[in-house]
Amino acid sequence: MTAEPQKKTPFVPEVLGRSDYAIIGEIVEPNTKVLDLGCGEGELLQWLAENKGVDARGVEISGARVKHAISRGVSVYQGDIDEGLADYPDQAFDYVILSQTLQQTHHPLKVLHEMLRVGRRAIVAFPNFGHWTVRFTMMFRGGAPKTKLFPYDWYDSPNIHFLTVHDFEALVSAERLVVERRYFLAGHRKIHAFPNLLTEVAVYLIRAQ
Amino acid sequence: MIVQASCVRFESLSLDNGATLAPVDVAYETYGELNPSKSNAILILHAFSGDAHAAGISHETGKPGWWDNMIGPGKAFDTNKYFVICSNILGGCRGSTGPSSINPATGCPYAMSFPVITIADIVRLQKMLVDSLKIDRLLSVAGGSMGGMQALEWAVAFPDRVVSAIPIACTTRHSAQQIAFNEVGRQAIMADPDWNDGNYYDRKPPARGLAVARMVGHITYMSDDSMREKFGRRLRGKENFGFDFDVDFEVESYLRYRGSEFVNRFDANSYLYITKAMDYFDLTNGNSTLAAAFSASQARFLVISFSSDWLYPSYQSQEIVRALRSRNCDVAYCELQSNYGHDAFLVDVAEETDLIRGFLASTYEKVQ
Repeated sequence: MTAEPQKKTPFVPEVLGRSDYAIIGEIVEPNTKVLDLGCGEGELLQWLAENKGVDARGVEISGARVKHAISRGVSVYQGDIDEGLADYPDQAFDYVILSQTLQQTHHPLKVLHEMLRVGRRAIVAFPNFGHWTVRFTMMFRGGAPKTKLFPYDWYDSPNIHFLTVHDFEALVSAERLVVERRYFLAGHRKIHAFPNLLTEVAVYLIRAQ
Repeated sequence: MIVQASCVRFESLSLDNGATLAPVDVAYETYGELNPSKSNAILILHAFSGDAHAAGISHETGKPGWWDNMIGPGKAFDTNKYFVICSNILGGCRGSTGPSSINPATGCPYAMSFPVITIADIVRLQKMLVDSLKIDRLLSVAGGSMGGMQALEWAVAFPDRVVSAIPIACTTRHSAQQIAFNEVGRQAIMADPDWNDGNYYDRKPPARGLAVARMVGHITYMSDDSMREKFGRRLRGKENFGFDFDVDFEVESYLRYRGSEFVNRFDANSYLYITKAMDYFDLTNGNSTLAAAFSASQARFLVISFSSDWLYPSYQSQEIVRALRSRNCDVAYCELQSNYGHDAFLVDVAEETDLIRGFLASTYEKVQ
């Protein structure tokens, strides 16, 4: 693994219209084996297969999305992330990706440990609940936050576990996981100061000790 | 697309039960062109009552194939791109050797002297056909129901001969419920005096028994929803109950029609032998677990089930997927929403087409 890149430009390009995908695309080494949890319609996996030559697999709970993913040639199976990894043998993948889904799982910690059982490394991207817009709306509106990052009303939000950059750092440290790389994104910019306040989406590359 | 059946004869086939069948005929059809590198061949495996005529319009009968909505130019199995083969199974009655074939030793039909066959025997004969066509590796083996079981058997028995497998609406082994329905069908046939211990080829066949067996089968192929939608409690050509045991309800009329129509195209003894082969099928055979059965398999899998299929429920497809995942095999799985029950794989093909087209295209790309 290369060290955390110190690029001069603070800007992150887009992959499929998303800067967190660009980061993931940067992290994943070519010709590896990748499992994407909550892979949606398989866009990222298809991109990784075409651009990085990875052996791409996915899990997705929505039948309609699975259908689209398989139609585009990606090997996706319809299943629940919370239960779905048990069948995989240990260390079956080089990377297990969880992109903006951790906050939607019922047992995030269990999912994290399962990811690191079936994969040598885990890539976790999540929206930061500590972002200043969230704090601002709670402070001044007094309602459940509804922002660009968390666009749902409280009653139809798929997000059930809210976490901040700070929370995630505390968790990996308590669980003695190794953070190989961390990226803090706000739009297309990389954040270097006050990440817990300014990060919209955080991307972590972690592994077990 | 007008198609013509071909037939190839093999000297002999050794069977799981120890017997040898000689000679053995295989009726088959092909669609599309085999490419020069022979990398675009797909073997379609038919379900219980299917035959070699999977697609196109039959030269002999003028009828479309049983999966004509899935196989052809621009369809799921695109014959502009792929070379598609379908053969009648061993034990069948549509051109391949089965109980109605003449036993060369006696000059009479085998009838019940035909050996009891297995899905593995059926697949071994298909492999002989593929060998005779000089195809080393099939791009895919695909089928629904019993066709799916054959696809699984192919992947396990000849792992180096298949690039991918598409088992649809099927199982790795019959449950008690599935065996039970088959047994009802067999008993209906054997209870018909015209069955005559299987010796009816020179006289009246057991039409009533076979028709009842087919009626039971048809119920299991539909769903509560699809039957309600198709028939409800509508009466057939009358305003009031007849207060007799003629046809009152539409559903009765439909089942009687399906039953009697089946008699004209299917052999009762084939019914017995093929259902037995399905009931005996167990992919774990000789292995401690299902996952162990897949240990040599290198194939890519697309597993499909249908939400309203209660004959081959989704949990059975999920068992296949779980076993494959535990071997870290490349597997895609989707449960498609459909009201058509088990029949969905034959009739509700729009989404099935999308899945198979994408899966085959990406698989084909990998072998180029």
